[in-house]
Amino acid sequence: MESTYRIKGATGDWEVVIGLEVHAQVTSNAKLFSGAATAFGAEPNSQVSLVDAAMPGMLPVPNRECIRQAVRTGLAIDAQINKWSRFDRKNYFYADLPQGYQISQLYHPLVGEGAIEIEDGDAVKTIGVERIHVEQDAGKLMHDQHPTRSYVDLNRSGVALMEIVSRPDMRSPAEAGAYLTKLRSILRYVGSCDGNMDQGSMRADVNVSVRKPGDELGTRTETKNVNSVRFVMAAIDHEAKRQVAVLEDGGAIQQETRLFNPDTGTTRSMRSKEDAHDYRYFPDPDLLPLELDDAFIEECRASLPELPDAKRKRYEALGISAYAANVLTAEVESARWFDALLDTGAAPVAAANWVTSELFGALNRLGTSIVDSPVEPGQAAELLALVADGTLSGSLAKQVFEAMLETGDAPGKIVEERGLKQTSDTGAIEAVIADVLTKNPKQLEQYRGGKETLFGFFVGQTMKAMAGKANPQVVNDLLKKALAS
Amino acid sequence: MSVDTATVKRVAKLARIAIRDEEASRLAPELGNILGWIEQLGEVDTSSVQPMTAVIPNRLRLRDDVVTDGNIRAQVLANAPQAEHGFFTVPKVIE
Repeated sequence: MESTYRIKGATGDWEVVIGLEVHAQVTSNAKLFSGAATAFGAEPNSQVSLVDAAMPGMLPVPNRECIRQAVRTGLAIDAQINKWSRFDRKNYFYADLPQGYQISQLYHPLVGEGAIEIEDGDAVKTIGVERIHVEQDAGKLMHDQHPTRSYVDLNRSGVALMEIVSRPDMRSPAEAGAYLTKLRSILRYVGSCDGNMDQGSMRADVNVSVRKPGDELGTRTETKNVNSVRFVMAAIDHEAKRQVAVLEDGGAIQQETRLFNPDTGTTRSMRSKEDAHDYRYFPDPDLLPLELDDAFIEECRASLPELPDAKRKRYEALGISAYAANVLTAEVESARWFDALLDTGAAPVAAANWVTSELFGALNRLGTSIVDSPVEPGQAAELLALVADGTLSGSLAKQVFEAMLETGDAPGKIVEERGLKQTSDTGAIEAVIADVLTKNPKQLEQYRGGKETLFGFFVGQTMKAMAGKANPQVVNDLLKKALAS
Repeated sequence: MSVDTATVKRVAKLARIAIRDEEASRLAPELGNILGWIEQLGEVDTSSVQPMTAVIPNRLRLRDDVVTDGNIRAQVLANAPQAEHGFFTVPKVIE
C-alpha cells in the first residue's frame, strides 16, 4: 500500500516520513529492579525503595515477570528474541531521575526485528518494529503545587517500561494512528501493558521528517511524550506542515527535541536540552548480561492468547462481516465477552450483529463498558435463542433486552412475567385483523383501489393492537389473505 | 589521543562538575595520558575474544514479581535538602 498522503506546499507536494518510539509500562506488581509496588495513584513516595531512590550501595535485581512480558510482546509481533542481552546506563541529570542515569538497553536489546500489520480501509501495510528494549521509568514532577518549587514523586521511578521502536515506515498521520491503535490492542491482548494512555501507561515519541517524493530522507525532529492517538496525529500534522514551511522559506530543519502542546495542537523546541543527546552510554557494571534459555522463551510463547489479527480472521471465517469482526476484536474485553457468547453455541452472525448494535448501543447509552455490562454472555445467549426459535420478534427482543438491562433478570423470566411472548395464534391474529379492517374502511377502500403502500399501515395497526406480540411473518401472511378476499 | 581544554570543560559540564580554567588546563594532558594508555590496550587484537563480564562463572539472578519493599517514605525523604507534603521539592524546573 503506497500512501497518497501529501502536504501541499508552494513548491509542490511533500511526503511525510514517521517513526514512533512507544514507551509502554509493563504490567507487573513490583518494579523492574526493586520490590516496590507499581500501582497507580498511591500516596507520593510511598512506593519507593532505597534502590528507586538511588541510595548509595543499592544493587538492582531484575524482575523476571517484566522480562517475561517484554519477551511475550516480542513474540506477539513475530520478533526475534535475543537470548543474550545487556543493560546500559544512559547518563543525564534531571530532577525526576535520582540515579543520574537511566538503566536501559542500547547496544543489545532484549527483542529485535518484528512487524505489525495495519489496515487502512481494505489496504494492509506492514510497519517494521526495529527493537523492543526494557528500561526504567523516571519519577514524576509537579510544577503547580508551589510558586517557586517543583515537587518530586518517585513512585514511578524504576517502574518497568518497554520501549518499542518502529521503523520510519509510516507516511501519514492516519497510518501512525492506526499503528498506535494496533500496538495498543496487541499489548492489551498479551497483557503486557494496560494501555491506559490517560494514566501515562503508553506514551509516544514521534519522529517526523518531510521530503519530496522519491528524495532521500530529510532531517527529523522528535516530539516527546505525546499521550494519545489523537495527539500523535495532531503533532505529526503540525510538525510536517511546520517543516515544509521552514524548508520552502529556504531554511533548514534542526535535528532537535520538541514538545507538543495539546491545547494549541502545536509543537515547540525544547531548547534547554541541547546537551541532552550526549548520554555517554556504557554497560551497567551492576548488572550481568541477561541470558535466557529456550524453556523460558517457549513458556512465553505457549502463554500467548489468540491475537487480534488471528481472532478477526476466525470471526470472518464464521461468516461475520469484516466490519463487525473489526469492532469485536479491537478491544480485548469485547473479544473475550463475544468469545464467551460463542461458547454457549450462539449463532455467530446473529450474535455478532446483536452485540455490535444492541449491546454496544446500550452500553454507550448507559455510559459504561463491556467489563461492567449489566448483561452476561449467558443471558445474551438465552435472548438470542428466544429470537432464533420464534418466541420473540425483533421488537419484542428489544423490549426484553431493555428489561434485562434494568433488572438484570434472565430473559426467560422477563418473557414469562411480562407476557412478552410472540404469538403465532392465527385465530387471535385473524380476529384483530378483521377488527382493524372494519375500523379503517377508508384506507381499506384506497388499498383495494390500488394504493398498495397502505399495506404497511395495516401491519402497523395490527401489531399495535396486539402490543407488538404478534409474529410479524404470520401477520403479513394473514393480512395479505384478508385484504385479497 | 590529545584532549583539549574545551573537551575537558564539556565533559565536566555533562557530569555536573564545576572546574576552573586552570584546572581544565591541568586535567587536559592528564586525561590525554589516560586515553593514550587505553589506546595502547586497543592495539591487542581481541576480535575473537568474548568480552568478560565476570571473573567467575556467574549468571544474572532474577527476582519474583512480588512487592517486598516500599512504604518507607520517611527514610526515603530523610536526606532530602527540602521536602513538603511527602514530596521532594526542588527549584522549579519547568520546560
